[in-house]
Amino acid sequence: MSSESLRIVWIYPDLLSTYGDRGNALILARRARQRGMPVEVLEVRSDERLPATADIYLVGGGEDGPQALGAQRLLADGGLHRAVAQGSVVFGVCAGYQLLGTSFFAKGVQCRGLELLDLYSDRGESRAVGELAGEIDPRLGLPPLTGFENHGGRTHLGPEVSPLARVTAGVGNDSATEGAWRGKLLGTYSHGPALARNPALADLLLRWATGAHQLPPLDDTWSDRLRNERRSAVAAARA
Amino acid sequence: MPLRAKVASSVSRTAAALSRAAGRGDGSVIGGWIGLKIDPDLLAHLSAGRAIALVSGTNGKTTTTRLTSAAVGVLGRVATNSFGANMPSGHTSALAKAGSTPYAVLEVDEHYLAQVLEATEPHVVALLNLSRDQLDRAKEVAMMAQLWRAALVRHTDVRVVANADDPLVVWAATPPGDPARGINPPHVTWFSAGQRWHDDSWVCPECGSTIQRSGEQWWCTGCPLRRPEPHWVVEDEGVLDPTGAWHKVSLQLPGKVNLGNAATALAVAAEFGVRPVDAVSRLGIVTSVAGRYAQVDKDGRNIRLLLAKNPASWLEAFDMADDAPTLLSINARDPDGLDTSWLYDVDFAPLRGRQVLITGDRAYDLAVRLDVNDVPFQHVRTFDDALRSVPPGRLEVIANYTAFQDIRAELDRVI
Repeated sequence: MSSESLRIVWIYPDLLSTYGDRGNALILARRARQRGMPVEVLEVRSDERLPATADIYLVGGGEDGPQALGAQRLLADGGLHRAVAQGSVVFGVCAGYQLLGTSFFAKGVQCRGLELLDLYSDRGESRAVGELAGEIDPRLGLPPLTGFENHGGRTHLGPEVSPLARVTAGVGNDSATEGAWRGKLLGTYSHGPALARNPALADLLLRWATGAHQLPPLDDTWSDRLRNERRSAVAAARA
Repeated sequence: MPLRAKVASSVSRTAAALSRAAGRGDGSVIGGWIGLKIDPDLLAHLSAGRAIALVSGTNGKTTTTRLTSAAVGVLGRVATNSFGANMPSGHTSALAKAGSTPYAVLEVDEHYLAQVLEATEPHVVALLNLSRDQLDRAKEVAMMAQLWRAALVRHTDVRVVANADDPLVVWAATPPGDPARGINPPHVTWFSAGQRWHDDSWVCPECGSTIQRSGEQWWCTGCPLRRPEPHWVVEDEGVLDPTGAWHKVSLQLPGKVNLGNAATALAVAAEFGVRPVDAVSRLGIVTSVAGRYAQVDKDGRNIRLLLAKNPASWLEAFDMADDAPTLLSINARDPDGLDTSWLYDVDFAPLRGRQVLITGDRAYDLAVRLDVNDVPFQHVRTFDDALRSVPPGRLEVIANYTAFQDIRAELDRVI
């Protein structure tokens, strides 16, 4: 951790917050506090400078216009690149995941991404809308991913990144893989409050940020019930 | 009316009556659907000869339609789709059922506004607001504003009553004219009803720059788009009209949001020549709207039903609800949208300190949300379990669309 408290930055809530993205900041903060860690959550608007010294950066989803504008501002600001160079954690969701790559499409135009992850996105033939599920990269030691996706993009991974998960339901990157990670950077198409259904993923980000090998377990009764219910719903839809 | 339209209209009424008699529904959709199969132009035929107002937007359209019908009723009989059946089949049913009326006030789903403008050639269209709602299916909010704007370009003779507080609505309501071809921009009357929800309008729809806010004012930092001076304004417990006269509004519907809906209704009625002083007392006769705000007494509990479909309307529902035991019910069926992410756009903190019960298909999504929000709750399987879990007295029920309909059915389709 960079200071006395865990600093979480929610990047550009004025642009990149279309689908309840606030949830990820709320969930990380709560799970850290429940472990006795002091937490500071900073909401940084697109007309403000991005602090380069926070522990976790969250980049959420957005419509095409705001996504392109957000990428432009982040490139001009440079704060996120400095933070990554210093070892900060970045969690990108949907549009926020796409813009971490080298390029993406918004309003039919190819836009330059932040080039923090070795991947690029183009348009799929149809929009991917619905439940998304997958088996997460075993090296991360997490239970299966569950989420809801809603995007028109298809994402192609380069050799420098690993897929976050192998798709068992839904589309993700390309119907085979979903999301990507490298070092302490992680992106997913599981949109909006992705961590609500994946508390173990939230804890992974907290472990990356704090350097802790393990965190005390929490009471995840309701998340577990939600995960089970969604898993059954996906299975029932397939049967 | 052409013979085909007469037949279609008659069959439509019969089907609606059958649907109601069979207990299958309100009959507010099926009749129109069948009528339109027989005569695709039926809605246009049924609209001819009536002075029509259309009411559209993400939130408040059912209630505003109801209040507007009451206000326009000063002048004569008004046909209206008061059950919230707001697509062309619902409009067709409503007009066929009403028979010949001089006026009609129709609630229109925002996706169908262009089509219904075309078919009904209304005198007035009221544009309430645009906010996120069912994003897994609905068009993105900015796209909707673009569709409205394009539709209004083709109907510059229609009078527009629009919300000055919503940048997307202001932009949609002010398409550029084309003086070379003799096309003037539409005539717009602006109202200000106060707006709690701002999260969908930080980016200018015209130029993509940031929108700044200060108090009730807003302006784009990159182009001339800014809040127009409203003609109708909510002030205290009443409404200021364009002449500066203040009218006290006594509603039976709760909350500041309904005062805003009343201001809109008075503004729309004024476009038909109704004086606010004549209309204002009629607004007070509206007690519930398609079950919304309805109160039912059962087992010693006074149950009040509040519908909340999206983040903006949840904020309004918390404002309306009493400090009493509260049941929240969430589904995610097709009409609700399949995605529950929006739960994190709602701050449930106002419910702390109240007895909170949760139910519905997606109660677990709500459970996780409330847990993160530090709002204690109890999960119940059925509406009856909820009733048994609260003491006698007021029970506030806040539910999204199909969850609301489920509970309404338990209470014998209260209207």
